[in-house]
Order: sequence, then C-alpha cells, then structure tokens
Amino acid sequence: MNPIDLLIATLQLRLGEYLVSVYGSENWVFVVRDVLTVLTISTFCLLIVIFLIWLERKVIARMQDRLGPNRVGGRYGLLQTVADVLKLLTKESLTPAGADKWAYNLAPLLIVMTALLMWAVIPFGPGAMGADLNIGVFYILAVSSVSVVCLLLAGWGSNNKYALLGAFRSVAQLVSYEVPMVLSLLIPIILAGSMATEAIIGAQYIPFLFVIPLSAVIFFISALAETGRTPFDLLEAESEIVAGFHVEYGGMKFGMFFLAEFIGTLLMSALFVTIYWGGYTLPLVNLVLGVFGLPPIDLASLAWGRTLSLPIFFGKVFVIYFVFIWIRATLPRVRIDQMLNLNWKFLVPLSLVLILVVAIVDKALPANTNVWAYSGIMLLANILIAVGAIELLRRRGRQERAAAEAAHDDELADISAEALPAAHH
Amino acid sequence: MTNEVLQNWQFIFIFVALSPIFPAAPVILNRLLGPQKPNAIKQQTYECGIETVGDTWIQFKVQYYIYALIFVVFDIEAVFLFPIAAAWGLLGLFAVFEVALFIIILAVGLYYAWNRGALEWF
Repeated sequence: MNPIDLLIATLQLRLGEYLVSVYGSENWVFVVRDVLTVLTISTFCLLIVIFLIWLERKVIARMQDRLGPNRVGGRYGLLQTVADVLKLLTKESLTPAGADKWAYNLAPLLIVMTALLMWAVIPFGPGAMGADLNIGVFYILAVSSVSVVCLLLAGWGSNNKYALLGAFRSVAQLVSYEVPMVLSLLIPIILAGSMATEAIIGAQYIPFLFVIPLSAVIFFISALAETGRTPFDLLEAESEIVAGFHVEYGGMKFGMFFLAEFIGTLLMSALFVTIYWGGYTLPLVNLVLGVFGLPPIDLASLAWGRTLSLPIFFGKVFVIYFVFIWIRATLPRVRIDQMLNLNWKFLVPLSLVLILVVAIVDKALPANTNVWAYSGIMLLANILIAVGAIELLRRRGRQERAAAEAAHDDELADISAEALPAAHH
Repeated sequence: MTNEVLQNWQFIFIFVALSPIFPAAPVILNRLLGPQKPNAIKQQTYECGIETVGDTWIQFKVQYYIYALIFVVFDIEAVFLFPIAAAWGLLGLFAVFEVALFIIILAVGLYYAWNRGALEWF
C-alpha cells in the first residue's frame, strides 16, 4: 500500500475504489471501507457540532447587538465550546432517585444514534456517500421518527413532572409535523421518479427550489418543528416547563441531547440542500454555462471532483443553516394550540392539495414537454396554490377579527348600559 | 444489482452496530472524569426546590391521544403514497384517478376530524 496513493485516495474521497483496486473485490474490503466511512461521518458530525454551537452563539449575539463568545481561544472565542465540552466531561453524572434507570440512560444514547444514522444516505459528492439506498428519503424519515421514542423515554424515565410534560409536548409536535414533512417530500419524489437521494440530485436540472417552492417552504417549516427550533421550541419552553424532557439530565448525558439537536439541524439543512437545491452539484452555474453554450461542470468526471464537491455542498448547507439561526433570532415562540393549528389546519391540507395538483399537472403535461416549460408550469401551479392559501387565511383572519371586535363592542355597550344609570345618581 | 443493494444495507447495519460507540464514549468518559458523590438531596426530583407531590407517571391528556390517532392514519397513508410517488412516471391514467380518490378520502377524514372538534386544543 503506497502511502501517497492512500493519501490522495482519501483526499479525493475515493478510498473505497482504492481499497478495491489494492485488494481485489473481496467482501471484507467493503467491510473495511464501511467501517472507515462510519468513523469518518460520525467523527465529522461530533466535531462539527463544536463549531456549530460557536457559530450559533456568535451569530445570535451579533444579531442581538451583543459580542457573544470572545474570551476563550482568541478574540473570536473559537475555543469557547471546547471549554464547555471539557466542563461537561468533568461534571458529576447523576441519576435521579426515582428515575427508571434503563429508560433514563438509554435515551441520550439512542437520540444521538438516530441523529447520526440519518447521515448514511446524504451524498457529499458524486458517489461519496454512506449508502445509496434506493429508499433514501424514506430511510431518513423512518430513522428520524425514532427520535420521538427517545424523547418519550427521556421524559418518562426522568420521573419528573416537567420532563413528562415536555415529553408529551415534544411527541405531539414531532408526530404532527412529520405529516406535512412526509407529504411535502413526496413532491420531489414524484418529479425525480426515485426515492434515492443521488437520483433526486441528478433529476435537478433546475433546482427543485425554483420548481416546487411551496413544497420546499412546507418542508422547511416542518424541519424547524421536527428539530424543535424556534419558533417551535416549546418542547423546552424555559418559562413554562424549565427545560422540557431533559430537565433531569446533567453532564455529558445532557450534552448528548444538545449534540443530537445540532446534528439534527445540520442534517435537515443537508437534506434541504440535497432535495431542493441540487446537493453537491452546481445546477444554477450549469444553467448559466448552458446559456453561453458551454458544457456543464460534471463533478463526477473531474479528477478532484469529489473533493471539490465538499466545499460546494457544505457552502450550501451553511447557507440554509444560517437561515435556521436567523429565524431563531427573529421569531418568538408560538403557543401549543397555535403550533398544532398551523400544522393540522394549514400545512396538512395545503400539502394534500399540493400533492394532488403536482401529481395531476405532471400527468397532464405530455411526456416530451421541454424542461423549462414543465418547470414554469409547475412553478405557476405552486405560486397559485400559495397565493390562494394565503388569501384564504387572510379572509379567515379578517372574519375572526371582525367577530372579536363585534363581541368587544357588545361588551362595552353592556358595560356602559349598566354604568350610565349609576352615574346619574 | 442485488449485490449492490446488499452492500448498501451492509453499510447501514455496520453503522447501526458502531453508532452506539459515539454517544457512549463521552458518557463513559464523563463517568470516569467526573466526581461520584451521590446523596439523597442531590438525587431528589428537580422541582425548583420544592418536594414533588404525588405520582409523576399519571394518565395524560386525551388530546395527545387523538392527535396521535390522526397521525397514524396519515403516516400509513404516506407509506402507501411513497412507492406510488416513486413510480409516478410509469403509471397510467387509472392510477391517477385512484391516487386522487385515495387522497380525497383522507382529506374527507381530516375534514371530519376537524368538524368534530378533534383538532381543537382545549
């Protein structure tokens, strides 16, 4: 094994091909490759969280006109999170007296496992992914719903009333928002004709963000709720239920919940980029090149294409991640009834209508329709549905306000009718 | 083809088998590095300094149950819709009507639940 070749193979993310070329195609080579891939993906996830926490604190601080971390590790406070991790490591690891020990200790492990496992089907570059499952998107949804079980385990196992309330809320929220998320993900699958993530990227001649924006918006809102981020962070509403399901956790067990939340948010950004923004490819650049009659950039055929695809992919992922942080700094928390109403009375019917319309438009257009005409008509259908839905909401809101004002006026009239005779005396 | 599918799933199984290591390592490290001096007061249920009253593991609000029931209906619907969506380009007109009917029946179910007040939080 030539160390230089090995290094180049690693840098080009071609380790699997390299191992096979060195050892022939025996099956254990694949086992070695798989173990190395698992270690790489998982270690990457654990380490990137240190950066993500710093990023979130710094960005939120700047948005709120504060400085944020600026002491530990230079003037940008880059090592602040490292110090926090070390502190968490030296904390006493407690198990509350009344807790169900199995459930209490299993939940933090299981929640990080589910957050990591979802990364298996995210493509980082052409062919550079854990497993190109033919049911990729479905797999992510299946694994992500295990986290509901973890939250319930944590809340129930803690034997704390706040934790249990938090767990109930989280389960109601995660379970509810899974419906619009699943339904909105059906739409890119209809367009791409496959559930495999790589095939969905391949189908995005024009990024799906510009073909089916409404589906992307519904997915993004449900992703916010699924990861329990503001404005849907009522599973850990500090002023009501202290910290929610993880109130009894301390030390690294608490750290694991924190970790899972950040990995989950990054995963949702990565999934959004993969499904709606062309993943590691450059569809928009290719479109511009196409206008000038130049050949598109095909990362798979370039020697360093896989390595190049990493900065492209993560650049996009961090743009979406920044929007997540931005929303956290902008919006207040919603109430539980508002959260459930938004889901069941707005997002679910909307996504059902969207699926019907997209499916029928897809069938109504002849199979040889130009991709631009197809995308244009799809975009138009999306915009029409969105405008219609918002108009319906506005009318409904206006009616409710009018009813409330009428009730208020009646009340005032009653009060003055009672008060006036008294004033004469 | 089959071999490729199996290789992909082999990766998933290896991932599932190895993934407990990553959360377990910090938790165990925490156990080793942190102090271990448990006492009765430290291990009390956390309730802002007040002793907890009554049983925690109680019956929960029935609303959560109703939402969960509606969720199950829609989740099973999604399981049926995923293969149809993936094969959408290959399906004929009959399938279009069938799927439309399927979604409309579910929409009617949602409307019924809505009308009966199952979606009101009280």
